[in-house]
Amino acid sequence: MHRKEIRFLLNDKAVTLKAVAASDMVLDHLRLEQQLRGTKEGCAEGDCGACTVLVGRLGPAGLAYEPVNACIRPLATLDGCHLVTIEHLRGNDGGLHPVQQAMVAHHGSQCGFCTPGIVMALYALWMEHPHPTEAEAERALQGNLCRCTGYAPIIRAALAMGEYGTTDPLMAERAAVQAQLQAWQDGARVVVERAGSRAVLPASVDDLADYLAQNPQARIVAGATDVGLWVTKFLRDLPLAVFIGHLDGLRAITQRPDALHLGALVSYEQARAPLVAQFPHMARYWDRIAGWQVRAMGTLGGNIANGSPIGDTPPPFIALGARLVLRHGAALREIALEDFFLDYGKQDRRAGEFVEAIILPTPAANTHHAAYKISKRREEDISAVAAGFAVTVENGTITAARLAFGGMAATPKRSPHAEAALIGQPFTLASLQSAAAALGHDFTPLSDMRASAQYRMQAAQNLFTRFWWEIQGTPAMLEDVI
Amino acid sequence: MKDAPLAAPQTRIHGAAHDSLIHDSAVKHVTGRAEYTDDITEPAGCLHAYIGGASVAHGHITALDLSAVRAAPDVVAVLTAADIPGRNDISPTGLKDEPIFTTDLVQFYGQPIFAVVATTRDAARRACGLAKISYAPLPHATDIASAVAADYPNVTAPLKLERGDIAPALAAAPHRIQGRLHVGGQDHMYLEGQIALAIPGEDDEITVFASTQHPSEAQHMVAHALGVPANAVVVNVRRMGGGFGGKETQMNLFCAVAALAAKRLGRAVKLRPDRDQDMEITGKRHDFRIDYDLGFDDDGRILAVDGLFAARCGWSSDLSGPVTDRALFHADNAYFYPAVRLQSQPLKTNTVSNTAFRGFGGPQGVIAAERMIEEVAYALGRDPLEIRRANFYRDGADITPYHQRVEDNILARLVDELEESAQYQARRRAVLDWNAKGGIIRKGIALTPVKFGISFTATWYNQAGALVHVYNDGSIHLNHGGTEMGQGLYTKVAQVVAEAFQCDIGRIKITKTTTEKVPNTSATAASSGTDLNGMAALDACNQIKARLVDFAARHWSVAPEAVQFLPGRVAVGAQAIPFADFIHAAYMARVQLSAAGFYKTPEIHWDRAAGKGQPFYYFAYGAACSEVSIDTLTGETRVDRADVLHDVGRSLNPALDLGQVEGAFVQGMGWLTSEELVWDGAGRLRTHAPSTYKIPLASDRPRVFNVRLADWSENVKATIKRSKAVGEPPFMLPISVFEAIGMAVASVADYRECPRLDAPATPERVLMAVERLRQV
Repeated sequence: MHRKEIRFLLNDKAVTLKAVAASDMVLDHLRLEQQLRGTKEGCAEGDCGACTVLVGRLGPAGLAYEPVNACIRPLATLDGCHLVTIEHLRGNDGGLHPVQQAMVAHHGSQCGFCTPGIVMALYALWMEHPHPTEAEAERALQGNLCRCTGYAPIIRAALAMGEYGTTDPLMAERAAVQAQLQAWQDGARVVVERAGSRAVLPASVDDLADYLAQNPQARIVAGATDVGLWVTKFLRDLPLAVFIGHLDGLRAITQRPDALHLGALVSYEQARAPLVAQFPHMARYWDRIAGWQVRAMGTLGGNIANGSPIGDTPPPFIALGARLVLRHGAALREIALEDFFLDYGKQDRRAGEFVEAIILPTPAANTHHAAYKISKRREEDISAVAAGFAVTVENGTITAARLAFGGMAATPKRSPHAEAALIGQPFTLASLQSAAAALGHDFTPLSDMRASAQYRMQAAQNLFTRFWWEIQGTPAMLEDVI
Repeated sequence: MKDAPLAAPQTRIHGAAHDSLIHDSAVKHVTGRAEYTDDITEPAGCLHAYIGGASVAHGHITALDLSAVRAAPDVVAVLTAADIPGRNDISPTGLKDEPIFTTDLVQFYGQPIFAVVATTRDAARRACGLAKISYAPLPHATDIASAVAADYPNVTAPLKLERGDIAPALAAAPHRIQGRLHVGGQDHMYLEGQIALAIPGEDDEITVFASTQHPSEAQHMVAHALGVPANAVVVNVRRMGGGFGGKETQMNLFCAVAALAAKRLGRAVKLRPDRDQDMEITGKRHDFRIDYDLGFDDDGRILAVDGLFAARCGWSSDLSGPVTDRALFHADNAYFYPAVRLQSQPLKTNTVSNTAFRGFGGPQGVIAAERMIEEVAYALGRDPLEIRRANFYRDGADITPYHQRVEDNILARLVDELEESAQYQARRRAVLDWNAKGGIIRKGIALTPVKFGISFTATWYNQAGALVHVYNDGSIHLNHGGTEMGQGLYTKVAQVVAEAFQCDIGRIKITKTTTEKVPNTSATAASSGTDLNGMAALDACNQIKARLVDFAARHWSVAPEAVQFLPGRVAVGAQAIPFADFIHAAYMARVQLSAAGFYKTPEIHWDRAAGKGQPFYYFAYGAACSEVSIDTLTGETRVDRADVLHDVGRSLNPALDLGQVEGAFVQGMGWLTSEELVWDGAGRLRTHAPSTYKIPLASDRPRVFNVRLADWSENVKATIKRSKAVGEPPFMLPISVFEAIGMAVASVADYRECPRLDAPATPERVLMAVERLRQV
């Protein structure tokens, strides 16, 4: 029995929709259908945060809210969720919410157009950390642009918001919301359609496998942080999309003795803690990926399956020896991550197959790791160059090396000549720089609006030097120096 | 309701001039209730338009087939130049070089050719892609070098400023340096994009709601396009989601197209481009290529400056004349040039028509002045701050290249105070020590001043009107020609009115800007909004107050001097009458309680042909000290600390002014670091959305950011409450960041060479400069 409608809570109101296209986005629904116009469109590509709303979802750990970009959030994926917009934010006395009070008191708005989105991002932060540190506030706002204030008063507001209160009416409503969302969980596959665009939400991972096996032409959509742009930017049609973001069966994180297993739908945000616990070198790298909203929506599996040459996860994951689990029907196969990327826009994913998990093996002893990202703007930018290094040293000699780069070729790719130049050599700066020189045999990068070919090559080569000094404990990155 | 009899009289009003009041819309902003143009409830049957543009940068249209567009679902109409009943031109300076829709010659990629009107925006947008257009391409020039190489013309007449005899002065100088500086453009990236909603009225009437800094110009452009007089067109704007100069002329296209469609179809029409089209077809800050020839002595005193300022103006003149003029007006920044010749070269290119952007050419002039200071300092091995001081305008050396005397210079004090409070000397020594260790991370520090001329150089623009009504219940309606784009203009003018009537600001209803209430307004631009509109509003208040005093003196038989506006009340002789009661009494006595105020800036004049005059009423000043770190392996940079001391005269609202200074600083940092516009070989802009065009984030702001207003400053000119303009001047403060990055780069060659960084100092430019200097 398939359900032919989606159901969600919009602030304090239950909404049931039958006619929903896969390409319908939450923002247009709010502004055009619901006449809720507090949520703004700044870019329609998930980069400015003016459309930030909260989506509450019932997961294994209960009801959890995340900030998301309404502009690229497919409406159909709200099934069973609680959508909270700026119009619903209020304080305990019905007046301004503590976050709003802080923003007003600290002159955090000028033109005010980004402000609803900033308030919603800060609200998400306030729920977790009503008294955040400056670093936490900055991280929470990585997905929000403000062109007027220079952010200083917004950060002052963020640091002060807890002083205006730490409870709000939404918290009191939480039990009722949870009960409603619980009551809606019927285990059914959902199929909705409008104007020749169909959205399917499988009931389970097995249902997904069955459905894809029978409908291999269906477009799999996880976090929609890329597919959303196909719709909003390129006006591409989505005749048939299978939305999988709600499948908790693909969201598991399991630390096994020999490897960390990450379900394909683990979001960047969820992945951070377990990843950094196992691979501390990933911390800085991870904090340069996207903004909070995209990190909440975007998934590891999506980033890989998408096949982009500038995806952030493949270079460091390839360096770590990541393996990919792919599933077709009931059949599973496992491949090395680097083998998944065949050519530009071409991956080793067969029709009807989907990425189920990513396996990151526990690193060998005596291995030095690094992950680097270089971009025009430090945060929330697409890589000009991304690199993952894993170099194993035994008795002063390099015995193994995995060097992977993004932004340097049509796919994320290992660097065979540079790796070969290292193996058997003493672990010295000179050896690393010889390997860097070999990079020219492995890559012929392109020039585009992010960087020139020359810069890409030079910077990539210089990362070998940074790697050495970082291992020596010498300041080698801006973050090392206050 | 009467006051309790024993209540103490009110001693202060809420929202007086000089108070740090919150922005009038702050609560609406944070609750999402502030209404922007796209939030206005559309009239029933509202249609949506979208613009279809060219897909070559330069060429002739050989065939235009819009049949598939017309046949697309939900499409109601398609408009081309043939559907324009009036003039197919929206050039703001009257050069008639800016068609709404081009008919033959395409001059930039994306140039509007037609518009689709459909029942939904989505349908209109999709239909645009169905046009079949053939072109006979022509060679294109998208940048300054290729425009010069192709012998492209100027889009408007260049300017020359000259004082003294440049050739012998250069020849006689003990030191001479020639150099070149490239300064990139900048997209406004206002968070709210361009938008217009046109609602047709009866006869020839039409009302347009738009996001615009210049409703009067939009009104005139719509009137020209429709072929109707200005009195048929009303343009309204309550607020913009940011402007920064990008809505001074660039809204004209959208207003005109929406109005054309609305009048043609007899239905409301809304036009909102997506972010990409907004960036692809609207003008930006001008890129400049500046060639300088500089003479100076052993003490670092500049003796002669010869500068050529070539600008990428784009396909039409727009405001490129006054923008490139202002670059020359600021090519001295704070420094006296004994002999000087400055020339502009406003070049045509096959790109969007560049336009106003905060600073309006001034920043490109100032950065050239600061580059020349750097050149002198590196050549002589001196601290650039010493060179700056040696060249500041001073007694006997106070004539600018445009022959205006600098009479209000406070830079010596500002810079001294900032040097002290920022501990510049100690930190500079620490930076030098750090770099001497030779690590990967290098540091730089710089302290740079700003002097910025206030007034429109188009002298007639320096006028403003206001309309104040006092209703018989004592509530006040305030309207003026200035527009609110976030800068707090509405709040500051309301404070002026509250102060004038000595009533709480809560009595004052701030109302949307509309061409119906105040005619012939100037753009809210050139930082002049408060100076002009505050004075006009005050004039209106004073007219009403004069009538009220006259009434009270006669009504209660007291001397006019015995009538005083006190907080919340009016003293008439010995009695104090609550404001509302007083107003009601005046109404009953048939006193006119409404007035139109007017202001024009005194003293200014400008003879462009001669290059002489007094274009500026006064100057605003500021200084910033910035310290940065750079990664010499990747070119990445970080601003570790910035200290700012800025002059806003006697601030009308210190909180809002501080916000302007902080905001301008970070916006200026973006211009000089991460914001890069890239056109590809086909002449297509590749950086047309925030995914590819990177404005600063919260974490990019200086790690330590100490911003202060010079609270001792007071405008020597009789401006509104002795305040100074604040919008643009602080935009130039982060030139200190740019120069500090340069110092860090220069450290790899032990400061032997001027680093000659070009802007923006992206990681790529920084790394390439480091690599270049490593070879020295």
